[in-house]
This record gives sequence, C-alpha cells and structure tokens, in this order.
Amino acid sequence: MKWFDYQAPTTLANTLALFDSHPGAYLLAGGTDLLVQLRAGRKQTDLVLDIKHVAELNEISFDVADGLTLGAAVSCAQTYENAAVKTHHPSLAEVASIIGGIQIQGRASIGGNLCNAAPSADAIPLLIALSAKCRVASSKGERQIAVEDFCIAPGKNAMLPGEILVSLHLPAPKKGSGASYLRFTPRNEMDIAVAGVGASIVLEGGVFKHARIALASVAPRPLFVPVAGDSLIGKPVNVESIEAAAELAKGAATPITDMRGTVEYRRHLCAVLTKRALEAAVKQAQEAK
Amino acid sequence: MSTPSYSVIGTRPIRHDGADKVTGRAIYGADFQMAGMLHGFILRSPHAHARIKRIDTSKAEVFPGVNAVVTTKDFPAVDDSKIVDLGEGNTPLRWARSNVLADGKVLYRGHAVAAVAAVNAHVAEEAAGLIEVEYEVLPCVLTAPEAMKPDAPILHQDLKMKELGETTGKVSNVAEHFRHVMGDIEAGFAAADVVVEREFNTATVHQGYIEPHNATALWNNDGRISIWCSTQGSFVVRDATAAILDIPVSQVKVTPMEIGGGFGGKIPVYMEPVAALLSKKTGRPVKILMPRQAVFEATGPTPGSYMKVKVGAKKDGTITAAQAYLAFEAGAYPGAMVGPAGMTVFAAYDLANVTIDGYDVVVNKPSTAAYRAPGAPNAAFAAESVIDELALKLGMDPLDLRLKNAAKEGTRRADGPKFRRIGCVEVLEAMKNSEHYKSPLEGSNRGRGVAIGFWFNVGLPSSCTLNVTADGTVNLIEGSTDIGGTRTSIAMQAAEVLGLKSEDIHPTVVDTDSIGFTGVTGGSRTTFATGWAAYEAAQDVVRQMKERAAKIWDVPSETVEQAGGVYRSNGHSIGFKELAARIGETGGPIVGRGAVNPRGVGGSFAGAIVDVAVDPETGKTTILRFTSIQDAGKAIHPAYVEGQMQGGSVQGIGWALNEEYFMSGDGRMMNSSFLDYRMPTALDLPMIETIIVEVPNPGHPFGVRGVGEANIVPPQAAVANAIAHAIGTRLTRLPMNPPAVMEAIWQKSTSPRS
Ligand SMILES: Cc1cc2nc3c(=O)[nH]c(=O)nc-3n(C[C@H](O)[C@H](O)[C@H](O)COP(=O)(O)OP(=O)(O)OC[C@H]3O[C@@H](n4cnc5c(N)ncnc54)[C@H](O)[C@@H]3O)c2cc1C
Repeated sequence: MKWFDYQAPTTLANTLALFDSHPGAYLLAGGTDLLVQLRAGRKQTDLVLDIKHVAELNEISFDVADGLTLGAAVSCAQTYENAAVKTHHPSLAEVASIIGGIQIQGRASIGGNLCNAAPSADAIPLLIALSAKCRVASSKGERQIAVEDFCIAPGKNAMLPGEILVSLHLPAPKKGSGASYLRFTPRNEMDIAVAGVGASIVLEGGVFKHARIALASVAPRPLFVPVAGDSLIGKPVNVESIEAAAELAKGAATPITDMRGTVEYRRHLCAVLTKRALEAAVKQAQEAK
Repeated sequence: MSTPSYSVIGTRPIRHDGADKVTGRAIYGADFQMAGMLHGFILRSPHAHARIKRIDTSKAEVFPGVNAVVTTKDFPAVDDSKIVDLGEGNTPLRWARSNVLADGKVLYRGHAVAAVAAVNAHVAEEAAGLIEVEYEVLPCVLTAPEAMKPDAPILHQDLKMKELGETTGKVSNVAEHFRHVMGDIEAGFAAADVVVEREFNTATVHQGYIEPHNATALWNNDGRISIWCSTQGSFVVRDATAAILDIPVSQVKVTPMEIGGGFGGKIPVYMEPVAALLSKKTGRPVKILMPRQAVFEATGPTPGSYMKVKVGAKKDGTITAAQAYLAFEAGAYPGAMVGPAGMTVFAAYDLANVTIDGYDVVVNKPSTAAYRAPGAPNAAFAAESVIDELALKLGMDPLDLRLKNAAKEGTRRADGPKFRRIGCVEVLEAMKNSEHYKSPLEGSNRGRGVAIGFWFNVGLPSSCTLNVTADGTVNLIEGSTDIGGTRTSIAMQAAEVLGLKSEDIHPTVVDTDSIGFTGVTGGSRTTFATGWAAYEAAQDVVRQMKERAAKIWDVPSETVEQAGGVYRSNGHSIGFKELAARIGETGGPIVGRGAVNPRGVGGSFAGAIVDVAVDPETGKTTILRFTSIQDAGKAIHPAYVEGQMQGGSVQGIGWALNEEYFMSGDGRMMNSSFLDYRMPTALDLPMIETIIVEVPNPGHPFGVRGVGEANIVPPQAAVANAIAHAIGTRLTRLPMNPPAVMEAIWQKSTSPRS
C-alpha cells in the first residue's frame, strides 16, 4: 500500500470544501471496502478523508412524517441496535447484521455499502425495495437521488465529482407492510451473495397493494425489477401470485458465470429467493397486524 | 494387555502455554523485532508458466529507502546435479532453490522471482514494483490428466519419468508411476457378484492456517546465520536453508517462534533463505511477512487428484478385489503425496487381490506440501464412496460390510507392510455402538453417511532434556514446535515417570543450538516420539535421583525404588521435592537426557458419522450432526485428542463442501483470500462429537499412536455418502458445493429445470 495523507474533518462544510479541492481524495466511512481496495492496489489516492467525525453523517433518527434518516457513516452495529430501526424497519436491522461479521459491523456503514456500488452489496436491494432516497451534497449545493438510480455500473455511482452522500431517507412503513432481504451464500457468514433479493410489500385485505423487488449479484448493478413487484398489485396473497412474481424476477436477471456460480444457477436462485423473500415479507406483514 | 493405571496420563491439566496465548503475550514471528531491522518484500510471477528472459533490478536498487535486491543469481554457484534432503526426501538442489527464487522459468502464478529489503515493508513493496521482468509466456497445464497427455506443455525439460522403479529417460510431467500388486486382480473380479467402479476428482485445497509465513534472518559478520520463523520443524529449516545456501548446518541457528497453525504446510522453507541472502547483502537483520494472497498462490496446498476405484464383492459382502488408479498433482515440482495415498487407499480392508497404480504429476500450480495425512483423504473419498455404493447394492449395513472385511493384526497391505496390533475393528464397532449411529434420522432431504480412514503415522528422531530445579520442579527442554498442545502432552509423560504433576514440569521449545536433533512436528509423531524422548529423559532423572538417595542413606543405589515420586530403600523414604532440594549437596545438577529414533510407530484408524440436510431448491448442504471416532492408542491428554479430532473433522468438512482453488484457464487462482476461499466458520458447523478409542500401541511405552491426522481422512467420503443418501444421486467431485449439488439434483430429475 502506498502512502497517503489522512484528514478527519468535523463539519460537513469542511468535508465538502476539502473534497472539492482534492478531486483524487477518497472518503472513508468504515473503510471496510476502501482499505481493502487500497491495499490490493485497486484504488490509489494521496488523501483519505475520514467522515466518521461529521455530525450530519452520523445521525440516525425517525419520525412518522419524515421516516428514517440514516447518516451515511452510521455503522451497521449502530443501525441494528437502534430502537426505531428495530421497530419500524426490522428488515434493515436484519441486513445490517449480515454484512460481514461482528468486527466489520462495528465499522462498516450502509452508506458505504451503497457508495461502493458493488453488484453484490447486500443493503442495496433492500434499500430499493424500501423506496429509499439519497441526500447528496457538494460545495455547490444538494440534490436527491432515488436509490434505484444511484448505482450505475460495478463500483460506479451516480454522484458527480465533489459530491458526497450525506444520508439515506426511508419513508415510514405503512400499515400492513413487510419487507425482507434474503441472500444465498454457501457459508452462513463472511460470504458474498451468489444472489440476493430484497422485497417489500403492503397488504390490504389479503391483497397486495404495493410491492417492490430488487436483486443482488445478478446484473452489473443492484437491479430494480418493477415488473415483478407490479405483477403482484391487486393479486391475492397465494402461491401462484408469488411464484409468478418470482419468475419475472428471474427473467430480469442477467448474471455472469464466475467462481460463485453459473448463469443458470444464479437465475434459478433469483426465483427461489424471490419466493422466499416475499413469503417472509408477507409473514411479517400479517404478524404485524 | 492389562490396562496400567496412571496418575497424570489421561487427565486434562491446563496447557502450559495457555496464559501466554489467551493474553496475547505469546510471541509469533510477525511480532519479532530487532534493532536495525529491515523489511523485505518478494516479487512474484503474474504468470502460471513463463520463461524469464530478463530481470532488471536497477530502478528498484536506487529507489529511496531500498538497501538490497536479490534474485536467484545471488545464490552461491554449486554443482547442478547436487541432491539434498529437505526433510521430505531427496530433491535436486536446483529445484529446491528455484522454488525459493525462480531460476530461468516461473512454474506457477505467485512463484518468487526477486526480493527487496528496505526501511519498511511499504517501500520494499513499491520498489519491487519497479523491478522489470521480461517474460515469455508459455501455455500452462493445471490438472494431472491434462499434464499426462502426450502433447502437454512440459514443465521441466530435465524431469525424466520413473516407471515402476526404473528410470526411463523419457521427458515427462509424470515424475513417477508406481504400482502395488497383491494376488490376482482379474481372478478377484471374476469371483465377484457385484462390482462398483467410479471416477473421482478432487480440487486443490489449502491447509488454511491463520498465521501467514514469516521469516527474519541475520547473516552475522562471523558467517553464522540466525533465523526466527514460524515452522513445524526448526531443524528442517536449518538443514534446508544450509543446503540451499550451500553452507554447513553448523552455520545456521533456527529459533522457532510461536506458530499459528501449519497442518503440514509449514514444513517447507520459502522465505528463510531469501531473508538470509538479503541480510548478507545489507549486513542487517531482514524480516519478511508473506501476504495472504501469496500464502494461497505460492505455498503448499494439497494435491488435486483424479482417481478411479473399482471394488468387487460376493453376495455375502466378502470383498474379492480392489483396484485403484491415482493421479495426483504435485504442483510445480515432483512429490505429490500419491505414495501415501497408495499406502492408505485400501488400508482398512483385509484383501487378497489388489492393484494400485499411482502417478506423481507436475502441473503449473504451487508446489504441494503435506496437509494432515497427505494423500489419504483424496484416496479415502474415492474408496469409501465406492464401498458405500457397494453396501447399498448388496443391501448391507455399510458398517457391517466394513467390519466383514476389516483389517486386523497380521493383515498385509498391498504396499507391503503387515499390520501389528491395530484398532480398525474397534473403531468400526465404536461407530456401530454409538448413540449417533443408533439414533433415527428423520425428515426429508436428509442423509447419513459413514466412512473410515487410516494414517500410518511416523517416528523420526526426537530429543529432550530435563533439568531438576532445587524447588522440586523440572524444566523440560525440547525442539518440537507446539501446534496442538504438545508442550503439555510431552510434559505429562515426563511427569508420569517422575511422579510429579503436569504443572511441576515447565516445558520450553528452544532453538536448534540448544537441543539435540528433533524431527518435524508432523506425521502425528510429536506426542509419540518427543513424548518418548521425555519418557527416556525422565527415566534418566529417576536413575540419578536414586543414586542421590542412595548416597544420603548410604545404601547401594540398586536397592532404591521409586513409585509416585517417592524414593524408598530399607525403610528410608524421601519425596521428589525434598530430594531435589538436596541435589546441590549430593553431587550437583541433575540433567536427564532422552534421545530416540523410535521404530514402533502405530498407525491410527478414524471413522466419521455425519447427518446432513440438503436444501433441494439451492443445493446447500447443512451438517446436522457429526461424530468423529479415532483410535488414539492412549490418549495422554483427552481434551487435546478431542481437539485434534474436531479440527481434522472440520477441515475435512470444508474440503468436502466448499474449499477449492478456483483456477482461471491461464492458471490464476481466483479466490486467493479467506473471504472467497470458503473454509467453514463456527456458524457452518454443529459441535463435533468425539469418541476416543484406545487400542494401545505396543511400540510405545504408554501405548501412544498419534492422533493429528487420521481424523481428516474419512469426513469427505462420509459427507459424500450422506449427500448421496439425501438426494438419491452421488457426487464424485470435490467440492460438493451448492451449485454442484443443485446440478446433480437437476441431472437426476427428469423434470425440466425450474
Ligand atoms: C471481511 C468482509 C466481509 C464483508 N461482508 C460483506 C457482506 O456480507 N455484504 C456486503 O454487502 N458487503 C460486505 N463487505 C463489504 C463492506 O464491508 C460493505 O460494503 C460495507 O457496507 C462498506 O461500508 P464502509 O463504511 O466500510 O465503506 P468504506 O469502505 O468506508 O467506503 C466504501 C466506498 O464508498 C465511498 N464512500 C463512503 N462513504 C461515502 C460517502 N458518504 N459519500 C461518498 N462516498 C463514500 C468510499 O470512498 C469508498 O469508495 C465485507 C467486507 C469485508 C472486509
């Protein structure tokens, strides 16, 4: 690993100014992706900006009107230990607890998981399913990006030079809602998803009122599959409607063959996991009643 | 043989190195520091097979902070045909050297090409990147069957095939073809009612020790080299380093640091001679730590293999013939451990007609090293899968089929030796009588599998010194690196003889200048052989203590008897501690010496019983229950025996289900990290249950057999058999990872893929 300078600004304004004047700098949230990539020589930089000391980036709050605000640098452990997250977005608490192991979770952030834009990132399909919005800022101003538009290619996100992710915003869950992320890994921890599926649904009177489905590890970026979710709307909660959605999810997947699995196997997993994730979401919605 | 009663042996005292290890005070090679120390980095080949046309180190040499750069040219010139013994048999010196720093060709990706010493590791790494190497890339060959083809790319133009003991003069990737024959194989198959024949493949797998290799060397002004490193055998490092550098062994002193796992993979030397060369050039100590990726890419995995096994039996289960074809990948240099595979493949069976063919084949992967019972797990996967299928065809209980044909005292193996007292039958009976085997297995997509395996264990020389201290305790000096609690299992054997408690013995593992020659910690030999040396040393102490007591009482020393640490003669009696307090006045220090080269090695059998559940939609296998059963001969410290059994089982499970070198076509390992090389974690396993069987080894004073290895032999086959019963079709390729199991389920079902 080559030498680099390290700075830890304490205000958002300062962070944005430094980032603006050092186009080659990298932000460090947990560093669990960044440091690995720097060590392996996949990224190089002269400056690393630690954002764990900036208040706005470490905020975690919930209210019924605005929903959940999750600062970009909040760690997975802080996320799954947060009472509001546990109550209103148990699926988010769940996904935060499967990223890496205990040590990783103490550092790694959901924001970093998103910014790193890996096709296999576990949090992103769930964030898409939950209709999360990204608050992005630069020294010139702010804007919002829907999370499904955030990742554009492996390791590439939609932010422009000088822009950083400030926080994620998840609408408060409606009555009758349930969500789940399921991934398939050969090992039960410390593994990269061979395929993953995030699903969120709203039920009303035994019928799907709303549904969003997104996939991990089966496309160059986390894949939002509107057709799969839309197919459920107005349908009764039963095996047929769920399996039909699962087939649509499978049909949207465009995986590659690599050491984690073949095209055929991964597409097959998309159907299996979509079915199971929907079943889990339905169960959650029904139990919440 | 009546069971002797022991007071220390068979108990579970705390380990002597426990406090240091749990408090983080134990000093490992990476912790080692010296004034003026430089840091090294090794440049490695990006190609699996290439000719080195040119190396230009000039830019690296002038890079700020760099002190020296070395390549293979820095080795002293020697006769090209010189043969050296590096602890695992005879090797031409040029091969031993060129694995350490490539000479002329690189033979695998990760092959060391040059090394840099600098003020710190980052500067050394950056400077290594400035070394220009011009390669002529050659086609590579990655599996034994491919490498055996007549038109395969040849790794070594100077490797001539040995065919059934004769040198053929034929340039080949096959270093050797051997054959063991017993009886008449054709007649045997003709007499069979049922014959099962299958082909098997196993992937290259790594030992996966947590601590990467490390070495610090100081080539002093007086010409002596000091080395501090993580090794299973300090004397092997000494001898190999001396051979590679072409200097006398007396000029090298090796201090083994605490070791973070080895499993056989820390027997070869990789960086020690390189650190020494860098130290010679700079006049300063040089430390090199190996990155994890290099551990995977450049240190000994265990061979991948291609095997064919055919077994025939009569309706009553009597096996009439057994045949094996074993082609093992040696990696870049000969030595694929196919010999041990041939020795163990049918060792559990008493057979009349056997043929075993073994092929040692070089391929463009790292040179393989020992890994727990090397070669035997591959062979057992093949043989025990076939036996399982045979049992199914015969409608017999798989353990009954094994018991009917089990090897016993007097059984001759196809490779020659006749078994002395062994515990094969006892292990099978313990499996059959286990609560696990008797328990019902309920639920769909579940299966139970069993298998048995053998490892012969080794002897080799060991030394031990005991120094009696005035407070009545004993300092034990030994040369065996402690990987599995051997400080304690050795100390306990001395304590038993001396009539002391385990805690009264203070064991220390010392450098090669401070103890007599001691072979590697490997071959399940340490508790057996170094324990025996401690036993001898303790007898020596007892003899001297008797003389001192005799002197005090003024009686002939032959009249003094010792039992339980109390010395008696003619109504006199004195305890060990009291007597120890008087050694100064009765003649001075008491030093007990033990030096052994034991012959009475006792092999160990181990069995595995496993229950699995297979997810029919994903192909993922969950281990529901696993029991390891092993003949320890005598379990000196049962908790450590159980630990060995559990560790071997877990490694076997990982090998069975997910571990593999996932290679690209051009010879690049795609998963050279612990994230992608999927060893099981605690969340992937149930508690591994253990049943220790004790059939004492008549060749050891306490009956010890050695337990480090046999336990890794049966799990792969047991898991394969369990999966076969769960899904109704058999996998013959390791690993049996979820995509592979899913594929097998798809192949079996006539319904279209979902
Ligand atoms: C052992 C191990 C296991 C892992 N297991 C998993 C797993 O199971 N599932 C999974 O999905 N991932 C896993 N990962 C990957 C990684 O831990 C996750 O992606 C994690 O969420 C990244 O968060 P971080 O805070 O550490 O990101 P960092 O490494 O700090 O940042 C990641 C990238 O995003 C950029 N960045 C960070 N914050 C911002 C911001 N606010 N604005 C703009 N850019 C930013 C950084 O510059 C960097 O390029 C694992 C990693 C390791 C080392």
